[in-house]
Amino acid sequence: MTEALVTPQSARSVISAGRVVYLTAVVLLCAWVLVPLYFLVINTLSSPATVNSFPKPLIPEFDLGSLRFFAGFGGMLDALKNSIIVASMTMVMSIVIGAPAGYALSRFEFRGKELFRILILLTRAFPLPLLALPLAVLFIRTGLDDTTFGLALVHTTLAIPFAVLITYSLFSGIPVELEEAAWTLGCTRFQAFIKVVLPLILPGITASAIFAFVISWNEVFAAAVLTIQSRTLTAFLLQTLGEAPMHLKFAGGFILVVPALIFIFAVRKYLFAMWGIANR
Amino acid sequence: MAEILIKNVAKHFAGHTALSDINLTIADQEFMVLLGASGCGKTTLLRIIAGLETASTGEVWIGGRRIDHLAPRDRGIAMVFQNYAVFPHLTVFENIGFGLRMQKRPHADVTARVEKVAGLLHIEKLLKRYSGELSGGQRQRVAVARALAMEPDVILMDEPLSNLDALLRLEMRAELKGVLAESRTTAIYVTHDQVEAMSLADRISVMHAGRIIQAAAPIEVYRNPAAEFVAGFIGNPPMNFLPAAAQGRGRWLVAGQIFDGPDHHGPIKFAIRPEDVRPGDSGLAAQVRLVEPLGAHLLVTCMIEGTMFRAVLDSDLSLKTGDRLTLTPQPDRIRWFDPATTLAVA
Repeated sequence: MTEALVTPQSARSVISAGRVVYLTAVVLLCAWVLVPLYFLVINTLSSPATVNSFPKPLIPEFDLGSLRFFAGFGGMLDALKNSIIVASMTMVMSIVIGAPAGYALSRFEFRGKELFRILILLTRAFPLPLLALPLAVLFIRTGLDDTTFGLALVHTTLAIPFAVLITYSLFSGIPVELEEAAWTLGCTRFQAFIKVVLPLILPGITASAIFAFVISWNEVFAAAVLTIQSRTLTAFLLQTLGEAPMHLKFAGGFILVVPALIFIFAVRKYLFAMWGIANR
Repeated sequence: MAEILIKNVAKHFAGHTALSDINLTIADQEFMVLLGASGCGKTTLLRIIAGLETASTGEVWIGGRRIDHLAPRDRGIAMVFQNYAVFPHLTVFENIGFGLRMQKRPHADVTARVEKVAGLLHIEKLLKRYSGELSGGQRQRVAVARALAMEPDVILMDEPLSNLDALLRLEMRAELKGVLAESRTTAIYVTHDQVEAMSLADRISVMHAGRIIQAAAPIEVYRNPAAEFVAGFIGNPPMNFLPAAAQGRGRWLVAGQIFDGPDHHGPIKFAIRPEDVRPGDSGLAAQVRLVEPLGAHLLVTCMIEGTMFRAVLDSDLSLKTGDRLTLTPQPDRIRWFDPATTLAVA
């Protein structure tokens, strides 16, 4: 009898202990992301004097001086335009190249398939600084240096592993019988893809495209090394804000983070689906 | 006319043979069931006919036309898949009409045809729904309707009922038989369920280890199995086997009893179906091990000279473990098998 009474209780305490660990982890992870963002927002919307003072106010004073400064800053809009152009090109190229590779990985058995998957991941193993110098030399020789297209190529290289692996898991989630059924109902392989697979996969493809966009948007090293005139926003801010006062650095960070946040927020549903997390 | 001719078809995957030298002729409008345990090659054979798999060697002909080099869409076939493969992004109407749309038929024509087959399968009310809003049984009907709407020469079905619950399976089985008989298409149906095979088939091809062991009418497969495998695979419980000893020409000693048998050299096995024995005065001396009352009859497991033997007896009998009884086989139901070749001996 006593045993029967003790066991459920200890089980309950194990559950509640697990819950405490879980909640702590959630709070810590949220804080890890949200606290820097909070300071970024506070300091961006503060006057220069407040930025350098301590302690900080909890509620921003909505001083738009720093942001107004950036809006009128020379070269800023060009950099923004370049960033959008490069990120868009990266988005298109990484999907156009990555999705077929993902499809092939999910649908066909071929020699060296596992090796291929590892090699895709290995492309991320080489740090960009290591590749930057040979790339710069190569780009200068081929005339790709200081062009948005050249930079987009580098960013595509960075985004492709994600595009391949994400689309691979997306395609794997679509039963091959759906395609086979379409073949028996009068479709060629290509028609079956367009009429059956594509509509089912489009949300996931969109998410993975946006992901590629954000990778390019956030990338700074290659952008700084490979461009001079056609700088992207990240490289531009890195260059101009190196010696700038603190409040402008915060404002620059804010300008960089916000578009990425908006993108991720807009496609969060697909990102969850993409990583196989139940969308609740 | 859609006679199917399968000539010397074989399929090798890396390291193993899935099908070896399959020869089969399926008549126009025949309902052929490919029956076998999982891994026997039945689905591979079906997929080769559909064009979803390529045979390593051999030829497939449908209606006098060699089709094994053609794409699935050019073969005049339609297929029903085990998991139904109903397109989730299309309504039931567009699913059924998918093949007709691919043929670029006029809209009125598509509508008429879709409504006709939907009526046939009692899913007229579901035409506007999506696959996510359907039950398993309804999805099954959509998959069959989609195949029938194509008015194919041949309809191929890969375990179409195996994902349904038992009661629904029984209902769909009867319905499928009616619908297909009406559509007058040649049908090939893959299953591992012998009851399904017996009830649906005009002819059953029993497959084992990549070969067709026997292709015959259901009752023929049941009564006169061509090989020990068929005898042991079909029937629940399966056929009983007992060793036999030669007692001169055509006479065999089985469990102390002499039976007339084939004139055969070398060892032989005696075989009888569980329902083809009656308790009697002379016959096989058995000791009861287990009695299972199944309502309509008794399933009695007993030992005959150290070999397990199952008998299906009248439920009026009162038997208990340890009882001794004599089982008399019906003489015309006795079959003989050669243990060396495992084939039936006449």
